[in-house]
Amino acid sequence: MGGVRVADGKGIRKSMAEAGTKKNRPLSPHLQIWRWGPHMLVSILHRVSGSGLAFAGLGLLLWWLGALASGPAAYESFAGWVWADLGTLDWSGTGILTGLVKLILKIVVVGISWSFFTHMSSGLRHFVLDIGAGFELGVNRLGSILAPVAGILLTVAFWAILLLR
Amino acid sequence: MGNGTSIGRVRGLGSAKSGAHHWLLQRFTAIGNLLLVLWLVVSILMLPNLHYASVIEWIVKPVPATAMALLVISTFWHARLGLQVVVEDYVHEHANKFACIAALNLAAFGGAAFGVFCIIRLALGAHA
Repeated sequence: MGGVRVADGKGIRKSMAEAGTKKNRPLSPHLQIWRWGPHMLVSILHRVSGSGLAFAGLGLLLWWLGALASGPAAYESFAGWVWADLGTLDWSGTGILTGLVKLILKIVVVGISWSFFTHMSSGLRHFVLDIGAGFELGVNRLGSILAPVAGILLTVAFWAILLLR
Repeated sequence: MGNGTSIGRVRGLGSAKSGAHHWLLQRFTAIGNLLLVLWLVVSILMLPNLHYASVIEWIVKPVPATAMALLVISTFWHARLGLQVVVEDYVHEHANKFACIAALNLAAFGGAAFGVFCIIRLALGAHA
């Protein structure tokens, strides 16, 4: 990435860029004329994963601690809902509903782990930006791409170690 | 709002009205979360399995119990600060914003209290 964004093919943007006296002028942020970039993605992912962790992640943490503190029977029930053995599910009658909830809970648990690793990676990026570093266009773009990729890789590594040990 | 100095003209503006202290606390709790949740992730991976007996044997010891209590406090505090910003960004009407943040405070303090209480109960031996 150079220092100046050049307007590409789209008509409105081109006419905006050419409206000034010089060509290759940087485009101002505009409410309606924009396209997705990695910086926007990492920004909204940080908020989405953080909100997900606050509601689902902390909820699961309390359910886990509450079940542990309530004894073995409560813990069995917790484990049976959150990480059910898919082979033992009964897919008839009301079992269909319970089975679906248990499937969704598995997805939620994996989603929470992904949210944590993604929020941690983009949070570490925030620490770098907070000390005033990493604002060069190329470096900033690279960090925005690396953070969500690292989040996915760490999630895969976590589940690989947990399930394959 | 003052009308003299430049700082006097901007103080108290914006959806949050203030923020430096909030911003700093968000970072302090983020550092706490980074250390404590990574500790939890590594601990979960190092447990032989996640059955009741294995988890209990680990969590009732003084150091894991202390770390888990700190984790609950740090994550709930951080979540409370983060969700406050989300509320300030998306809830524009003053009374609704106030109600959301009041509810958020109740949920954050209640949740953290329940988590810490469960850990103390486990650590002090009230388990099978």
